[in-house]
Amino acid sequence: MAEAGIALIKIAVVLGFVLNLAALLTWAERKQSAVIQDRIGANRASVFGLRLFGLFHIAADALKMLTKEDHVPQTAEKFIHGAAPFISFFFALMGFAVIPFGDVLRVGGREIPLRILDLNIGILFIFAAIALEIYGSVLAGWSSGSHYATLGGMRGSVQMFSYEIAWGVSLLGIFMVYDSLDLNRVVLRQGDLLWGVLPKWGIVTQPLGFLLFLAAGMAITKRVPFDLPEGESEIIGYFVEYSGMKFGLFFLTDFVLTILISALLATLFFGGYQLPYLEPDGFRFPWGATWSLDHYTVVFLQFVALVLKIVFFCWLLLAVRWTYPRFRYDQLMDLGWKVLFPLAVANVILTGLVLTLIE
Amino acid sequence: MAYYNVSRPSEKLTWRERIYLPELFKGLRITTRHFVVNLALHAVRLLGIKTRRRGAVTFQYPEERRPLSPRLRTRHRLTKREDGMPRCVACMMCETVCPADCIYIVAGELPDPNVEKYPVRFDIDLGVCVFCGFCVEACPEDAIRMDTGILEIASDSREEMIYSIDRLLSG
Repeated sequence: MAEAGIALIKIAVVLGFVLNLAALLTWAERKQSAVIQDRIGANRASVFGLRLFGLFHIAADALKMLTKEDHVPQTAEKFIHGAAPFISFFFALMGFAVIPFGDVLRVGGREIPLRILDLNIGILFIFAAIALEIYGSVLAGWSSGSHYATLGGMRGSVQMFSYEIAWGVSLLGIFMVYDSLDLNRVVLRQGDLLWGVLPKWGIVTQPLGFLLFLAAGMAITKRVPFDLPEGESEIIGYFVEYSGMKFGLFFLTDFVLTILISALLATLFFGGYQLPYLEPDGFRFPWGATWSLDHYTVVFLQFVALVLKIVFFCWLLLAVRWTYPRFRYDQLMDLGWKVLFPLAVANVILTGLVLTLIE
Repeated sequence: MAYYNVSRPSEKLTWRERIYLPELFKGLRITTRHFVVNLALHAVRLLGIKTRRRGAVTFQYPEERRPLSPRLRTRHRLTKREDGMPRCVACMMCETVCPADCIYIVAGELPDPNVEKYPVRFDIDLGVCVFCGFCVEACPEDAIRMDTGILEIASDSREEMIYSIDRLLSG
C-alpha cells in the first residue's frame, strides 16, 4: 500500500513538473522569439491590470482552446480522429517514467529510488514510447479524411524512419562507454572523475554522439528545422483538421517532446542529476577541500541540478527553432541517411576501438 | 533592353560551409547575442536605468504612437474663414479630380458678391477614398486639407463612413 502511495507521489511530481514546464514553454517560446527578433512579445493578457510579462497568456490560451468548437470533419474516422491526439500526448509523457531525477531518497529506514520505473532497459522504453508517439500523428493525418493531412502524416512517418535509426545508433556509444542500458546506472557512472579532475560526462566521452543525438532529437520534436510533418502555414500538416483542445494537445505534445529530449540530453550527456564533485555525503573537490552536506540537501541539490540542465536545453532547443529555416524534404532525407547515420556508425566503431585500446 | 550585369558571389559552397556545423554555430551566435543583449537591456530598463538603446523596436500602439510625418496624408478637414463660414466656394474642382469619385458637393448661393457660392452639402465617402491627396492639390481656395493626423477611420456601417460637411468642418 505504501509502495503504491509513493509511486503515485512520484508520478504526480514528474507529471506536475513536465506539464507545468510545457505550459511555461508556450510562453517562453513567444517571449524568447520576441527577444531574439527585437520585439516585445505577448504582454496584453492581464488580471486586474497586472500583466506579469504576459504570463497570463498561458491561461488565456488554454481557456480559448477549451471553449472553442471541437469540429470533426464529416469524412473523418470519428473514433480514431478523437483518439489520435491522446495517443500522441500519452506516449510523449510515457517517456518520462524512466528518467531518473535523483539516486535514492532515504526516509524513515525506507529507500526510495527517485524515478517512476526502475527499469534495467530504461532507454529502450523511451525508444518504444517515441516510436509509438508518431502513430498519433500518422493516425491523425489518415483519419482526418483530408489529403493534405494524410500527406502530412506520411511525411511525419518518413521523417521518423530517417531519424530514429541515426538517433538510436548515436546512443550506442554512450552505452558502450557506461556499460549499461539502465539510465540511473549511466548517470551514476557519469559521476566518476576522468584523470581525477574532469567529470566523466557523456559530452566529454561522446562529443560526436552528443551532436548527432541533438540533431536527431530536434527532428523528433517535429519543430522548426524539421517541422515538415506540421508545416503550419505553407505545406499543411497532419493536424489541419483539428480544432480546440485536440489541436492544443498536439501543440503541447511538441513541447513535451522538447522537454523529453532536453531531459535525455541532460541525463545521457550532461551527467543527469550529478553535480560535479558532489558525492552522496557532500562536495569533495579534487584539490582536497571537502564540504559535507546531509542527505536531504544532496538529494535536493541533485534535483535542482537536473532541472537547471533541462531548462537550459529547452532554452537551447527553442533558440535553435528560432534560428534556422526549415529543411527541404530531400535535404532532410540526405541529412538523416547520408550524414547522421554513417557518422553515428563511425562513432560506434571509433568508440569500440578506443575502448579496446584502453583495456 | 537594358540590363544590369550583376556579379554574384560564387554559388558553390566552400569547404567550411559544406561541413555545415560552423555555419550553424554562426547562426546560433547571432540569435543568442540578440537574446542576451536585448534581455539585458530589458532588465536594466525595468530597474529604471536609462540606456541609449531599447531592448525592442516595438511601439506599444494604442498607448504609444509613432510620430507622423507632417507630409502624411491623413483624414480630410475643411478649413474655415474668419467668420466661421467654410472657405470652400463649391467650385467642384476636387469632385472633378477625385479618381475614386468619393466627393459629392451641392452648391448654394451666397449674397456676398466676393464669395457667391458655398457648399450646401459636402460629403466625402471615406470608405471609397484612396487618400491620393488630389483634392487638396486641386483646391484653389486652400479649403480642404489632409492634415488632421487622424489615422483610425473605422465604423460599423458603410453609412457612417460618409463624412458630411459638419464633421469635416469640425476638424
